[in-house]
Amino acid sequence: MPEMTFAQAIDFALGMAMERDERVITFGEDVTMLRRELFVRFGPKRVRQAPISEAAFLAAGVGAAMAGLRPVVEIMMVDFIAVAFDALLNQATKIRAFSGGKWNVPLVVRASCGGGYGDAGQHEQCLWGLLSGMPGIAVVVPSNPADAAGLMLSAVESEDPVVFLEHKLLSDYWLDYLGAGGRSTVCFDVPAAGARGEVPSPPLPVPIGKARKARDGGDISILSLGVSLHRCLEAADILEDNGIKADVVDLRSACPLDRELILSSAARAGRVLVVDEDYLGYGLSGEVAAVLAEAGIKADFARVGPWEVIPYARRLEDEVLPDVRRIREAALRLCGHDA
Amino acid sequence: MKPDPEDLYRRMARARFCEEALADLWERGLISGEMHLVVEEAVAAGVVAHLVEGDAMALDHRSTPPLVARGIDLLPLFLEMLGHEDGLCGGRGGHMHLFCRELLSASSGIVGSSAPLGAGFAVAAQYLKAGRVAVSFFGEGAFNQGMLLETLNLAAAWRLPLVLVCKDNRWAITTRSRSVTGGNLLRRARSFGIPARRVDGTRVDKVWEAAAWAVGRARAGRGPSFILASCPRMEGHFLGDPLLRVFREPLRQTMEIGPPLMRALLSKPVSAAAHRLPRLGAIGRTLTVLGAERCLLKKDPLRRSASLLGEEARRRIEEEARREVQEAVERALWEAGRGGPHA
Repeated sequence: MPEMTFAQAIDFALGMAMERDERVITFGEDVTMLRRELFVRFGPKRVRQAPISEAAFLAAGVGAAMAGLRPVVEIMMVDFIAVAFDALLNQATKIRAFSGGKWNVPLVVRASCGGGYGDAGQHEQCLWGLLSGMPGIAVVVPSNPADAAGLMLSAVESEDPVVFLEHKLLSDYWLDYLGAGGRSTVCFDVPAAGARGEVPSPPLPVPIGKARKARDGGDISILSLGVSLHRCLEAADILEDNGIKADVVDLRSACPLDRELILSSAARAGRVLVVDEDYLGYGLSGEVAAVLAEAGIKADFARVGPWEVIPYARRLEDEVLPDVRRIREAALRLCGHDA
Repeated sequence: MKPDPEDLYRRMARARFCEEALADLWERGLISGEMHLVVEEAVAAGVVAHLVEGDAMALDHRSTPPLVARGIDLLPLFLEMLGHEDGLCGGRGGHMHLFCRELLSASSGIVGSSAPLGAGFAVAAQYLKAGRVAVSFFGEGAFNQGMLLETLNLAAAWRLPLVLVCKDNRWAITTRSRSVTGGNLLRRARSFGIPARRVDGTRVDKVWEAAAWAVGRARAGRGPSFILASCPRMEGHFLGDPLLRVFREPLRQTMEIGPPLMRALLSKPVSAAAHRLPRLGAIGRTLTVLGAERCLLKKDPLRRSASLLGEEARRRIEEEARREVQEAVERALWEAGRGGPHA
């Protein structure tokens, strides 16, 4: 299996999808430079540069998908989707239902997300909770190159709208572009296992809505996704020193959730910790709690993540985004230890 | 009414030296995230010189020069950049999100959003304090955002005391604006019934004259105006812009960008490679144009404005401004506990 970076894996899969299916096109701001290799391979008809007009080109993606294409529309940062929200909230996700199931929208929205490089809360949000709140949408958040490639393939093949979120700490070009800017005077806590890894060639599709057990242990079930997943794995290693064996589940899709794996992991441990880089209020972690409650599972429950606007100062940002120390402390408390 | 060259030059020099200091702090890793610097002092100074207490500014992600030109306290500004709790926004906003309630000035990292925000400031001015005005600064890339076009209509329909200042640096991030823009921006504004003027954004005296006209109209209750100011971009979209690095470190960047592109060129089916060559050429052309535009920097607005005043005045103003900025930076670094002469 070839080894590649997280970013290479996504474009590898997208290139594969474009090669297999001529209906797959991509457009967005700066794509002829950002996706220059795809541009060279597939040309300006299929890799199309857009003005800074998210409302127009995302909604155009909806129309293109309805009329027979399979567009992968890039919103540079998921934060900017606010500008184009109507296209998702009131158009793309409504059409299958409103048409009585007769018309679908095979649209992929690709966007970078996440923080950890000091860009503050207009450029570092995750928003998968907000996006998952719309009926009719799927939201995927890969944590490693193989999943990134596999989920991109599945997203393109999906008959309905999928949001594909690419964490900036995992995608080296985004981090370099936005965080480092070529400087050697700054450093970032990049999880190595997420930023680079083996990818099957051709990539294997990863089913949307299918979680993966990243670590096995029956004392506590830790559920997470994206960069936070790696923080959880690190915390789980340390928890071994306290005699605690943790299950760590990579949700991979924020929506739909893999209820089966969540329930089995939670039922076995009786203690559930959700670690989410997205806002805790009205989001993914609350949804997990509802899934457990509805299934009648009695479990001690806690969560780690941001309640507030992500601050600019790196020191303050560290206090808001999930980190190993707070994950460990929350897990210890759940297991009845002094944190 | 005539411009005061010394006043304008002082505003510009302070803004320029602040940006140079910010670039230095950023290079040293003391400022995080994207850092967008500009050579837009002439536009900032020429416009804000007309503002009085109670006037509002809606700013984009390049918000430092207008704030500095308007006379914001430098120490809290630098402390904010360093993420200090005594910073302008408690270290929570940073350079893309600067807010100064006293100056009724707010910035945003969302492209285009400064236009409707300015319209809101103008509504408040119209209602609460007749004679006060609002200014919105944005780039020509933002002029393709729906909310900006809607604002043009709203401002015209409500006859808002709003001055819309478009800083045209020809690039929408790494895309040539011309390649993604239909029509002509001046005519676009006029088609909404908004009087519009084009001005050389590197000439502070010309900007000042255009702003006198636009602000005058707004104060007199005659509605919105539009100024299109051309100002070449010196530092890419932000410092460390990978496109510009091709010129700074040609060897390293070519090694990084080149091989994957060649693979893309030769990937299967190889027979298609001939069609792909022109596409490779298109990427090359973008880089070439960018390189050529860097030469426009000879039109440095600060140097061009120096001719408006005598040598002695220029030197005195520059020395004062440099000293003020340097003291603020040193003081901020000292307070942030990161060294400096007082540490």
